[in-house]
Amino acid sequence: MVANSPQHSITPGTPPFQSSTPVPILEVEALSKSYRQANGELTNAIGNITCRVDSGEFVSFVGPSGCGKTTLLMSIAGLLAPTSGRVMVNGRAVASPPENLVLLFQEYNKSLFAWRSVLGNVGFGLEARRQSSKDTRKKALALLDLVGLSGFENHYPWELSGGMQQRVAIARALAYEPEILLMDEPFGSLDALTRLELEDVLLNIWSELKTTILFITHDIEEAIYLSDRIWVLSRRPSAIIDEIQIAFPRPRHQVATRAEARFMEIRNAIYQQIRN
Amino acid sequence: MDGVKRFNWAGWLALGFLLCLWELGARATPRLQPYVPAISQVLAAFGPLLREGTILKHLAITLGRFLEGYLLAAGLGVVLGVVLGYFRTVHSFVETLIEFLRPMPSVAIIPVAILALGIGDAMIIAVTVYATLWPILINAIDGVRRIEKILIDTGRTFGLPRRRILWRIILPAASPYIVTGLRIGLSIALILVTTAEMIAGSKGLGFFILDEERSMNSAAMYGGIVVVAALGYFLNRLFLALEFRAMRWRRGMLVRESF
Repeated sequence: MVANSPQHSITPGTPPFQSSTPVPILEVEALSKSYRQANGELTNAIGNITCRVDSGEFVSFVGPSGCGKTTLLMSIAGLLAPTSGRVMVNGRAVASPPENLVLLFQEYNKSLFAWRSVLGNVGFGLEARRQSSKDTRKKALALLDLVGLSGFENHYPWELSGGMQQRVAIARALAYEPEILLMDEPFGSLDALTRLELEDVLLNIWSELKTTILFITHDIEEAIYLSDRIWVLSRRPSAIIDEIQIAFPRPRHQVATRAEARFMEIRNAIYQQIRN
Repeated sequence: MDGVKRFNWAGWLALGFLLCLWELGARATPRLQPYVPAISQVLAAFGPLLREGTILKHLAITLGRFLEGYLLAAGLGVVLGVVLGYFRTVHSFVETLIEFLRPMPSVAIIPVAILALGIGDAMIIAVTVYATLWPILINAIDGVRRIEKILIDTGRTFGLPRRRILWRIILPAASPYIVTGLRIGLSIALILVTTAEMIAGSKGLGFFILDEERSMNSAAMYGGIVVVAALGYFLNRLFLALEFRAMRWRRGMLVRESF
């Protein structure tokens, strides 16, 4: 894979196959980010984060509120330049937003296009890929069906509830068919029932489309329920304080999975780590 | 907004009532009739002007100047406004200049324009462009600056190059402001065309109104005023109808906001 890539220069003396593991789809190397606030104070948002995500994984960052999670995701998405360190997607350093990666913003209601209908918003993800308009309509309708919004295609975003708006944002991101989907507390401002429902919608889509998902949340149980792996983040400047493998079988079940004794053990362990 | 479709009976009734009052009042006070003729007298003086085509000729000239000035200002204002709204550094260079020039009553520029351009179409159109530019420019700048950064970032994360972000995100997101500026500019352009015609014109409705006043022909003067008023009214209706079509997505939102 590496050897076939024309962009990859091979240093003399090093064998083309350096290791048996393939290049991870996403690598974060010693990333740190500090910025000046409006009052001139220097804020260290991200201390030093190194991690890697393999293709098809569902990984989550969990941490306390205001621990720089959004800054971290913006940096990974190429929307903010890191102060030091780098992000690699498919083995190539990220300088601008990578083509095969989409960030789903926390403020989904502000990220939707008010001047486009629901169908138009979802179609935007396809237009960005320069698909023909006939395909666009068909695919957008299929995705709206997938997120449970059939029949709302001609509504405008402001006519929908928060949960429905978030579904539109998810469908728009999926329409783009990214290899990597970054999600910034996507269900944070939804009511509890909608949240559980959308978690399952997301897991179904993920297992169907094989997208790699990097998810951020401050809801520990949500992270455990969804993920293959969890990284626990400290307070600012944020650093990874633990990595936890989540081995519950899939498909998971909102009642059965959450009722397992191991689920509570993990939840309590993470809770202790974040509190200290 | 929904007034575009529905006929406002009450409004027209009130207008008709006022016109009746005018007619009766003017008839009851013959002493004032040289200054305020009755509506019937205005219409009587208006008939021949319409038949001879005099008033239509002036109307066509005013409309032509208006369109030229307004469309130039609209194009210039929107393009400049989007550029200044987007590039903050460029904006900071011209911001103070704008803040000085904008509050100045635009008619004060007319003498300068006469000195520079003489008396004629060029002067009238230049003054109209100058005055009409401000509301369009300011609103376009504002509209672009108020765009949520997250909308631009959404375009970026979907891999859109700058040019497509401009067309697909910045312009539609700023369009409510741009349209507001264009609507305000509409009435300002008509004011400036008429005023400039009064001061330094030999044709056009502004000239016609002042000329009839100087000839002590007040019935025809009021006729000219009515024509200018009607022109303004129809231009505004036309604008609202176009806005109603173009800004379909805002319709329901505005109704909801007005509750």
